[in-house]
Amino acid sequence: MPALILGRLVLLEARRGGLVWLAGLALLAGLALSGFLAQLAITEGRLLQAAVVAALLRVCAVFLLATQVVASVRREIDDRRLELMLALPLSRAVQYLGRLAGFIALGAAIAALFALPLLLWASPAAVWRWGLSLAIELALVAAAALFFAMSLGQLVSALAAMAGLYLLARSIGAIQAIASGPLAEDTLTHELARRALDGVALLLPALDRVTRSEWLLYATPDGRTYVSLLGGMLIYLALLAAAGLFDFARRAA
Amino acid sequence: MTRDERPLRQLPAGLWLALALALAAQLAWRTHEASPRVREAELPPAPSAAALRLASFGEPEATARLAMLYLQAFDYGGANPTPYRRLDYGRLIDWLAAILELDPRSDYPLFAAARVYAENPDPAKSRLALEFIYREFFADPDRRWAALAHAALLAKHRLHDLPLAQRYAAAIQRNARSSAVPLWARQMEVFILEDMNELEAARIMLGGMLASGAIRDPDEARFLRQKLDELERRAARK
Repeated sequence: MPALILGRLVLLEARRGGLVWLAGLALLAGLALSGFLAQLAITEGRLLQAAVVAALLRVCAVFLLATQVVASVRREIDDRRLELMLALPLSRAVQYLGRLAGFIALGAAIAALFALPLLLWASPAAVWRWGLSLAIELALVAAAALFFAMSLGQLVSALAAMAGLYLLARSIGAIQAIASGPLAEDTLTHELARRALDGVALLLPALDRVTRSEWLLYATPDGRTYVSLLGGMLIYLALLAAAGLFDFARRAA
Repeated sequence: MTRDERPLRQLPAGLWLALALALAAQLAWRTHEASPRVREAELPPAPSAAALRLASFGEPEATARLAMLYLQAFDYGGANPTPYRRLDYGRLIDWLAAILELDPRSDYPLFAAARVYAENPDPAKSRLALEFIYREFFADPDRRWAALAHAALLAKHRLHDLPLAQRYAAAIQRNARSSAVPLWARQMEVFILEDMNELEAARIMLGGMLASGAIRDPDEARFLRQKLDELERRAARK
């Protein structure tokens, strides 16, 4: 299967590019930080370690994967290897989705690696749910990074767009809560701004509700809520893949 | 990863010298700079819980705990003989309230308020911390009773304010309903009224908490044992 070959190439490039070492370093940094925090806490030491290490590893995983995707795709475009690939007798959908599948597999491997140390402080069931959620979040990050890397002309603009989307998606809930707080003014302008914000939220994935350290500390959500949260992520992943395919199909050969 | 590189010995001596000089200058500069000392009474105003939530990027639990570690560092340190003496308790309470609002299920803010900040020798400051615990207790009595139980003991033995201690004990008795709350905590009013000394009362309370399994965190157990040792040393000196 050509798509599988493309996916395998993505994984091979990540291994040869030193991503494994970077992931290992992030893991070590997380463990070192947990040891340091354990010395400072006067209570809830285990919860502190779990929450902070989970939050740190989540950010590291997203950063590593997004930069890997953007750098890899931009290099392929700048070296004109993409043009060569487009000349092959492979449909554009296979080419795009093959790459995306490789990046998703890479994200799943990072999620599995980063979930392992959390077993030191949380139950296996909670870590499993957190890890699966991280894998799906990383799949979404891979799809967004691939879309931006393909559609925007520069590496910096692709990375900036990726970071903007990710940070906004993680804070939109808090921004909406502030906008509709009791101290908010009851004016037409404010109402319009609030509605505009709600509109923006509709276009974003609910990243503030998934891969929560709360699941490791207190309790995981019930099965129905969990499936609906991950379902929302998968829908957004499909949207990003469709948008990316649309843009890729328009690209001149 | 392999790169085509020139051997190190082929680099011009000037480059080596520039690198060594720059490194030496950096080390000298940092050594000369004063290292961060214990920050005294310069706690900035607390952000709102909403602002903290925004800054947490969807990780309120981790942010709440890191904010507690940040707060702990103010006006405290090994060389400081009177920790928290200069701390602005009005701001401190605002910080604790914001952190508690960020993660209402965390025990950390109330534990620190009861076991660290309320033990300030300044009665006015101690009262501020105790009242904070009392106010926040009602939001989740079954989870927050332990902090208020300690507040009742402090009110009796440190502030010598029996009505205040009784008010706290009565609040636990009336509001803590969970079976996880031990009987002695629900009957605290009696043990407030009894004529026992602070060490005896603390022994009963901590012994009861450890025996009931209410303290599962090893750091917390170690911290409480240290506190009990301190009390014993103080009682032995009297």
